[in-house]
Amino acid sequence: MVLYSVPMIAIVDYGAGNLRSVAKAIERLGYPARVTEQPEDIVAADAVILPGVGAAGDAMAGLRRLGLVGPLRQIIAGGKPFLGVCLGLQVLLTGSEEGGWQDCLNVIPGVVRRLPPGLKVPHMGWNQVQQRLAHPIFAGIPDKANFYFVHSYAVHPERDAVIAGETEYGVRFCSAIARDNLVATQFHPEKSGDLGLKMFDNFCRWAGVKRIE
Amino acid sequence: MLTKRIIPCLDVTDGRVVKGTHFVDLRDAGDPVELARFYDREGADELVFLDITASSDHRNTMVDVVAKTAEQVFIPLTVGGGIRTVEDMRRMLQAGADKVSINSAAIADPTVIAQGAGKFGSQCIVLAVDAKRVDECVDERVEDGAACVGRWEVFTHGGRKPTGIDVIAWVRRAVELGAGEILLTSMDADGTKNGYDLDLTAAVSQAVSVPVIASGGAGSLEHLYDALAIGKADAVLAASIFHYGLHSIAETKRYLAARGVPVRP
Repeated sequence: MVLYSVPMIAIVDYGAGNLRSVAKAIERLGYPARVTEQPEDIVAADAVILPGVGAAGDAMAGLRRLGLVGPLRQIIAGGKPFLGVCLGLQVLLTGSEEGGWQDCLNVIPGVVRRLPPGLKVPHMGWNQVQQRLAHPIFAGIPDKANFYFVHSYAVHPERDAVIAGETEYGVRFCSAIARDNLVATQFHPEKSGDLGLKMFDNFCRWAGVKRIE
Repeated sequence: MLTKRIIPCLDVTDGRVVKGTHFVDLRDAGDPVELARFYDREGADELVFLDITASSDHRNTMVDVVAKTAEQVFIPLTVGGGIRTVEDMRRMLQAGADKVSINSAAIADPTVIAQGAGKFGSQCIVLAVDAKRVDECVDERVEDGAACVGRWEVFTHGGRKPTGIDVIAWVRRAVELGAGEILLTSMDADGTKNGYDLDLTAAVSQAVSVPVIASGGAGSLEHLYDALAIGKADAVLAASIFHYGLHSIAETKRYLAARGVPVRP
């Protein structure tokens, strides 16, 4: 008996909001997606998207409560295509300084720190992403294209080699990460118009997920 | 570099756009979903839907409009008008809005800002403020040439009802409570097409650490430039100059870019 015969993208629901936007964008592109909080769905999926807005502490509490910490680490280590968005990027790091210190998934060694003082926080609006790696998610997307950001914290990975994109906001910060089967963005492709949809499409193609006929 | 945002505002009542019937290439310019798609294609950076329905009977209509728009438009959408409780916020956010704006409900009970921010995050909570200038003139200082001190008061009910609350004190408090953005409308300038209230915009922008959207008074592209460059606004909201086809979003952005304002092309 084959329980999951159709290639499917799991969009992880851990109570962090805005995952409907991600699901709508994926549906719009014609890919099969399931919004789920079930560890077995995530393990069975062909690709996983971890969306999110809100606070790192709440997000980690949600992931722990649903028993998703282990499965997420496991699928990332196991090579399943994975896309983190915004908070879904931040929780990949070792820990976040948001609200004191929050231990995170420690998939990408490094810390999450508040954007430096002096400019308005949250960093809200369209800003340019300078591509540092020639990654398949950037296919057909011009260098320094604008994407939509809403965040008050930024990731500082230990290894520069994982930095796929950078953005200027008072300082230069890492706005996209890529390593093996994993990509993650600080910006919101689901709110970045046609180029954002293009990036989701690139991810789904890279993950080998087929459009619904 | 962070770009300045150009935001068309759609006034919606009973599921229909009130203004904006002058686009020849739209099948139905009164349909908020179609108009939202049009502005998205034109390069709008965000959209604001303002529900101006007087009664709450038609609130469900607005939820449907938001849900249909969110299926087709993939830029940020803020919904305001008639949002009073955390439950109202939840309905709009679940329908697909990215942010909700609250106005008089926050004045009646400021803790609704904190409740919303705690539940959904500050980035979802926009405080809408209707401000009216109430200059305080001090006779003794006339000789100094600084007779009048600019001060603005928060008004409700479309600028008819004073609250006695100082705008600067109010926005600071709202940000402390968790508002992530300020949508600032000058009731003096609104509808005049004589330009934004630049003093007000600059005063609010300097008073808070969150982004400020200037609103009210846009009649020309120069007004948008002034609000961004002189008023230090992070975004400009306009309705009639876009709806009546006076200027397109693309033309607006070309104009601003030529004058050195960073915009998304």
